[in-house]
Amino acid sequence: MKILTGNDLPTGDVIWWTGSGWSRHVAQAADVGEIGETLGAEEEAARRVNGPYVIEATDTPDGPRPAHIKDRVRALGPTVRPDLTLKPGDAAAIEAIPHV
Amino acid sequence: MVEAISFRNDAASAEPAITLDAFVAEQANATAVRLEPGDDARALIPYLDRVSLVEVGFPSFRDGRGYSAARILREAGYAGELRAAGDVLVDQLPFMRRCGFDTFAPDAPIDAEVLSRSLDRYDVHYQRAADETVPVWKLRHG
Amino acid sequence: MYKYDQYDQAIVDARVDEFRDQVKRRLAGEITEDQFKPLRLMNGLYLQLHAYMLRVAIPYGTLDGRQMRMLGHIARTYDRGYGHFTTRQNLQYNWIKLEDTPDILADLATVEMHAIQTSGNCIRNISSDQYAGAAADEVADPRPWAELIRQWSTFHPEFSYLPRKFKFAVIASDEDRAAMRLHDIGIQLVKRDGVLGAKIFVGGGMGRTPMIGPEIKEFVTADDLMSYLEACLRVYNRYGRRDNMYKARIKILVHEIGADDYRRQVEEEFAQVKLLGIDPPAAELARITAMFAEPSYEIDAVDDIDRGDPDFAVWVDQNVVAHKQPGYAIVNISLKPVGGIPGDASADQIDLMADLAEKYSFDELRVTHAQNIVLPHVRKADLYTLWQTLDNAGLASANLDLISDIIACPGLDYCSLANARSIPVAQKIATRFASLDRQRDLGELKLKISGCINACGHHHAGHIGILGVDRKGVENYQLLLGGSGAEDVSLGKITGPGFSEDGIVDAIERVTDRYVSLREDGERFLDTYRRVGMEPFKEAIYG
Repeated sequence: MKILTGNDLPTGDVIWWTGSGWSRHVAQAADVGEIGETLGAEEEAARRVNGPYVIEATDTPDGPRPAHIKDRVRALGPTVRPDLTLKPGDAAAIEAIPHV
Repeated sequence: MVEAISFRNDAASAEPAITLDAFVAEQANATAVRLEPGDDARALIPYLDRVSLVEVGFPSFRDGRGYSAARILREAGYAGELRAAGDVLVDQLPFMRRCGFDTFAPDAPIDAEVLSRSLDRYDVHYQRAADETVPVWKLRHG
Repeated sequence: MYKYDQYDQAIVDARVDEFRDQVKRRLAGEITEDQFKPLRLMNGLYLQLHAYMLRVAIPYGTLDGRQMRMLGHIARTYDRGYGHFTTRQNLQYNWIKLEDTPDILADLATVEMHAIQTSGNCIRNISSDQYAGAAADEVADPRPWAELIRQWSTFHPEFSYLPRKFKFAVIASDEDRAAMRLHDIGIQLVKRDGVLGAKIFVGGGMGRTPMIGPEIKEFVTADDLMSYLEACLRVYNRYGRRDNMYKARIKILVHEIGADDYRRQVEEEFAQVKLLGIDPPAAELARITAMFAEPSYEIDAVDDIDRGDPDFAVWVDQNVVAHKQPGYAIVNISLKPVGGIPGDASADQIDLMADLAEKYSFDELRVTHAQNIVLPHVRKADLYTLWQTLDNAGLASANLDLISDIIACPGLDYCSLANARSIPVAQKIATRFASLDRQRDLGELKLKISGCINACGHHHAGHIGILGVDRKGVENYQLLLGGSGAEDVSLGKITGPGFSEDGIVDAIERVTDRYVSLREDGERFLDTYRRVGMEPFKEAIYG
């Protein structure tokens, strides 16, 4: 699947397109098919996202899993500071990062 | 046509600027020359008394070669119109002024109010450049 | 240390106002991200993997307690309670909001600090020797010259849109504690017939194509320095490549045209620039130098250290360095606790170090390019109490220059340029070699890790270097041996095929075991490697 991501302009938060808006949680990201770039450009013009781009992800029961390790780290937070990630209590989330 | 900006007292030159190569080849007639980023401004130094406009192209605002070209010409004594043309944005104008540019032909309009604030913002500068600014070290020691 | 006058303060205050205006215009959509990016980079603000990252300038790595406390305040108020000290003596915050940045800069300006030119294609922070002013082997304190260069380079109208970033380092001793030869311009202060001047090296650098800067000018006095540097930069601005950002540093230019041709062009430009009167008068360097006068040392300060406490003695041996003044010592505070994140300090630790500087070091601290902190002027009589306080705060790891004193870039955990994580590797290595006895037996072993080819972890200059790469979406680590960023500068050589995260830790242990079996009298790892070459180590690693 393809999902659309970017940053919130004023805060820098990593955000994901849900189909109707933007969320900080990749689990809520929607499949944008082939329209991701166009959608991103519209959202950027409206200043609802900064620097949007489309990434590959696989669909899992827990939501989309970014295909590339860099995007997985970006979706979660720094693996060396679990307390600063979006899943501070979840050790398994960090363990899952390196697995292709 | 985007409005040009001038800090000169005289009228901006309307003469079309020819390339550096063409100018050097037939300098007798032309008085306006255009420098691209890769041109060596020093090539103009022997002809400065015949030049009334040097236009320096900025195809991308990130390409800073034109700043050196401007300063070199002013340092050589050029007193004519020195124009920055192309991807010229308001946030770079203060540096361009300090390098000696006195007219601007931007591709996109420049907000006059933002420009005015930008130019008035810094009262002091650390280093001597091609403008009238007295550098801080001179203010300190006279 | 340098203190702002009304002019320095006016410039920093104007910059705060300017950036506030630029942020406002960006948030309102009046400028695009493409137009804003160079502006925010010139103010040290990156958009990184998780958030905006702000890099605060610490000129030549020197700051006082008040400034340190402000760094702690910013960590608490605007970030997540910690900061990261970098390989260029600056400090980074990883969780900054764009909308807060103008206020952060305003706060910094109240203590003579800023984030000016800590990124972007302009002249960056001037780095220097972390022992400046305290080391016996310097010909003079290099920092007044660094301060002169800082002022000259700040908002330089001609050199703010260079082909690429530009980094200076200034030292004043033959021992190079600042990796000077691996900078775009490296400067060594020297004396010739009693006159103080500078030797200039141009074209060093790390990154993708590491190079050692050749000497371009044997001797230049302070009177000509600014004109000479102006000429160096102007030639670079003219000819530096702009077609390919990976070939845009001055090291590529000097390498391509040759040092002799580069020198000739600089001299030609210098002859013109010298006539312009851009060099400050001697009075300006004198004014700055006066601010770096020696602290008022206690005469007859006790020169002995009571080594009764064995843990304290170990720390003294490893982390405390001789000071030029009898009765005093230079203290290295390790930010590399085993299993910790190299270079990170919590707001509480930052505040504590501020207090300790005020109490024990004439209110001065240094940041080292190895991501540690220095208290430069500590009375030997105070060392024990100081150590006890550091120990309670987890800041007394006695591992300076040992294998666990790792330089690591933030890597894929934080950086959008990275291909692999570097911090977990550092943690695993340090844990494997946790025994201090074992570390001390291995001796000086500078290990440096970069998470990508941009080499912010200086892996080319590590006795052991590690480069993280992306191999089909999986993190992989290449091993290099034999680099050095000191005066015996050399670039590390890759050993062979790369390793997994656990594999690289094992490989390093095989390397150190082989070193121990081969070493002769007093040889460091680096010395043994230089004597026996790569083969014995390659054999040990790959079997």
